[in-house]
Amino acid sequence: MTAVADSNEMVIKTRATPEEKRATFIGLVLIALAAFTLWAFGLGVEPGSESTFKLSLPQARFEDLSWTVDSRTVALITALVLGFLGGFVLRRSHLKRTNLALSAGLVLFSFAFLTWAAVDGSFSLVGMLKSTVVLSVPVILGGLAGLMCERVAVINIAIEGQLLTSAFVGVIVGSSAGIWVALIAAMATGAILGAVLAVLSIKYRIDQIIAGVVINIFALGLTSFLSRRVLTEAPGLNSPGRFSSIKIPLLGDIPVIGPMFFDHSMFVYITFILVIMLHLGLFYTRWGLRSRSVGEHPKAADTVGINVYRTRYRNVILGGVIAGFGGAFLTLAQVSRFEDNMTAGIGYIGLAALIFGRWRPLGVLGAGLVFGFARALQQKLGILGTPIPSEFLSMTPYIVTLIVVAGVVGRARPPAADGQPYIKD
Amino acid sequence: MTLELRGITKQFPGVLANDNVNLSVSEGEIVALLGENGAGKTTLMNILYGLYTPTAGEILVDGEPRVFTSPGDAIDAGIGMVHQHFMLIPVFTVAENVALGFEPLKFLSWIDTKKARETVTDISSRYGLEVDPDAMTEDLPVGIQQRVEIIKVLSREARFIVFDEPTSVLTPPEVDSFFDIVNGLRADGKGIIFISHKLSEALEVADRIVIMRRGKTVAEVKPEDVDEAKLAELMVGRPVDLVVDKAPAQPKDVVLSVNELVVLDDRNHRSVDGLSLEVRAGEIVGIAGVQGNGQTELVESITGIRPSLAGLVHLAGEDITTRSPRAIHNRDVAHVPEDRQKRGLVLPFTVTENLVLDSYHQPPISRWILMDWDAARDRAVRLVEEYDVRTPSIEVEVSTLSGGNQQKVIVAREFDRPVQLVIGAQPTRGIDVGSIEYIHSRIVEKRDAGAAVLIISSELEEIKALSDRILVMRGGKIVAEFDPSASVADIGLAMLGSEAETVAS
Repeated sequence: MTAVADSNEMVIKTRATPEEKRATFIGLVLIALAAFTLWAFGLGVEPGSESTFKLSLPQARFEDLSWTVDSRTVALITALVLGFLGGFVLRRSHLKRTNLALSAGLVLFSFAFLTWAAVDGSFSLVGMLKSTVVLSVPVILGGLAGLMCERVAVINIAIEGQLLTSAFVGVIVGSSAGIWVALIAAMATGAILGAVLAVLSIKYRIDQIIAGVVINIFALGLTSFLSRRVLTEAPGLNSPGRFSSIKIPLLGDIPVIGPMFFDHSMFVYITFILVIMLHLGLFYTRWGLRSRSVGEHPKAADTVGINVYRTRYRNVILGGVIAGFGGAFLTLAQVSRFEDNMTAGIGYIGLAALIFGRWRPLGVLGAGLVFGFARALQQKLGILGTPIPSEFLSMTPYIVTLIVVAGVVGRARPPAADGQPYIKD
Repeated sequence: MTLELRGITKQFPGVLANDNVNLSVSEGEIVALLGENGAGKTTLMNILYGLYTPTAGEILVDGEPRVFTSPGDAIDAGIGMVHQHFMLIPVFTVAENVALGFEPLKFLSWIDTKKARETVTDISSRYGLEVDPDAMTEDLPVGIQQRVEIIKVLSREARFIVFDEPTSVLTPPEVDSFFDIVNGLRADGKGIIFISHKLSEALEVADRIVIMRRGKTVAEVKPEDVDEAKLAELMVGRPVDLVVDKAPAQPKDVVLSVNELVVLDDRNHRSVDGLSLEVRAGEIVGIAGVQGNGQTELVESITGIRPSLAGLVHLAGEDITTRSPRAIHNRDVAHVPEDRQKRGLVLPFTVTENLVLDSYHQPPISRWILMDWDAARDRAVRLVEEYDVRTPSIEVEVSTLSGGNQQKVIVAREFDRPVQLVIGAQPTRGIDVGSIEYIHSRIVEKRDAGAAVLIISSELEEIKALSDRILVMRGGKIVAEFDPSASVADIGLAMLGSEAETVAS
């Protein structure tokens, strides 16, 4: 009765909302990045050093485009802008802009980092952007495969195994029957593994995570065994042809943009088309509306006469086909040979891209490009010979994944029924 | 033009849910299907809608037997259903929800969104069901979501419409406007089955009343031939007295004091928005309000389950705002949670295990790291006896008990000690009349022993019967206070607030 009676006079303490806490954290991260940029990339560099970025590839139509900047100036400006962005976020007056500020900050930081890495030397910026696109393709395809499944509430952890197995099948068939047959065989392999996952999780209602992990372990074991037994014995089976690059006339000659987007194998083009098709399909067609309803509230879908099980089977198998296409890309376009565990976690990163991309095709595209950038960075820095140990460089994509999935970028709402089997009474 | 269910029997493992049930409805007629929770009404309707297959019996539409293996078959036969838990996708727009399953197409699989929107606006203007086709469903109040369900059914050109407990989520003025809609549908020639456990509503709206008890149809009456008492007797099988017997309250010191509390829900909306209230020892305060106005979050925050954003909660003068659920429990607070299957019980655990959920970590139930199961069983035997829990044994899984007995297990666990505060959220939702009477009397007993009691219920009748003081909660705030003798209409109007005019018109 004592403190409570005159409660109106009490100071009511306000606790921060999760969004405000996040903004505080991100603001501090941006300021820390500013300080780090200033210290490592700015003051750590001799005054007057220059970094050169090459903007064209050796055999391009426009010769030798390049851009030289003063290394220290770039770092100082970047640090300044980062500090400003950090302060902006810390004020918490525009919470909706937090992600925008973070993205802008990270892009700037990456640029400052590249400038530092290229001090007193030259760095092929366009080469790195081109590999960014190439390396993002399997991640995007993996993410889209996951999207097909999770939009109908089946969690697909097996993307990794689907990619690996179809890459393997692609090599064997490609070496003996040609690359087009190999492409079809790889997609069929993805479909079969998708069907296995579908039966296990839809019909037998096995925990979907466990079902997926089992498929992955099976795929890794089987392909490693067969590659040692068959491919080492008969190296002829490990040299399929390759889908060559198709340079789009005119568009392919635009500086920077051309080599980045318009000089690739058909896999890259189809991936981009697929992203757009899935976006339109998911949000504007009957197929998309029904699929989403099955992922959000299967019982409601059932009561309007939609066959929940059939929808799930179909989409999970189609997801497998997309993963199979991604696997084919690995061994029929990116390189033309199979190696043990050559996916090295790309499937899982695809899953991370799905979460980062908020279960939307365009989001998966964006997220895939971020991961592709991280992998391209790792490769180029290795060539450039920075003082960072190569082991740390190869961790880059995984660290990016960890940070992204841990929710620094904010939490999105997955499909409401994600991972839950549907039991019809 | 008739719909007839003939000799329907449905056997679930261990339960005979429907036993030779007969029911028919003609076009232009409203039939009320009345029965207690668990009488088998919902099972019967799920059979009619193709969600369950009957063990025996047949469904006749216009005299011809039909077999429904999926809801699609029922929809084709002209049967529509408005489910108790709405079958709407929260993240879809109204037009998308109405179109789902019957999408108008432009070409191939491309949805004609313009036509989908027009369907909604056409039907809403024809039947006076105003709703914005582009609104996101989850942002709409429950009353409007129900309209979306009705529009959905009408867009499939249903001739027979089943409403499963349609008024349980509505405020009294919304109920009135709902009855207007139903009468309009009848005038339009639709045959309507209206499922309810509320006597007054059946009497008000139905042309015929069919009563179910324990899976059987036990009576069919005309509303003009019966009164509420007679209906209640037919429904329960014995004369019932639903008035809670209690002496006037003797309020003493303030026990619970909530001050300017702000709580976010799962979607980060301020569902409790600067709420203040006080509950004194020896009184029962009832909070009335439409579901989803922050009641759930308020209870979760007071009991320590959900953190609050701002404001203070005091228990007998002590600040408990940021205390853990166990710390609050240990300060002699009894909590009967809203959802007994999610929060109150661990369903796969036995009755014994559930009865020691709050005390397993301390003597005499456990010593050091070892459970003393003999002590736990002794406690369980005593509580089952004392609180009249009807269970074959204390070792059966609590999930096998009826709703009423599950609720008694929770009440037994929470009430078996001197408490200074009782928080009961929907304490009698979905349980039989006998258990309701019992739990109400136990709550009054705690009040008379000097506890402060806070009751939250969406059943206005329950709030009125139990409370010494009624608070109305809307939009996360307390908006009005009433004496229990206030009229249902007045309280209902306060529950609805500014929406009152739109719905009434």
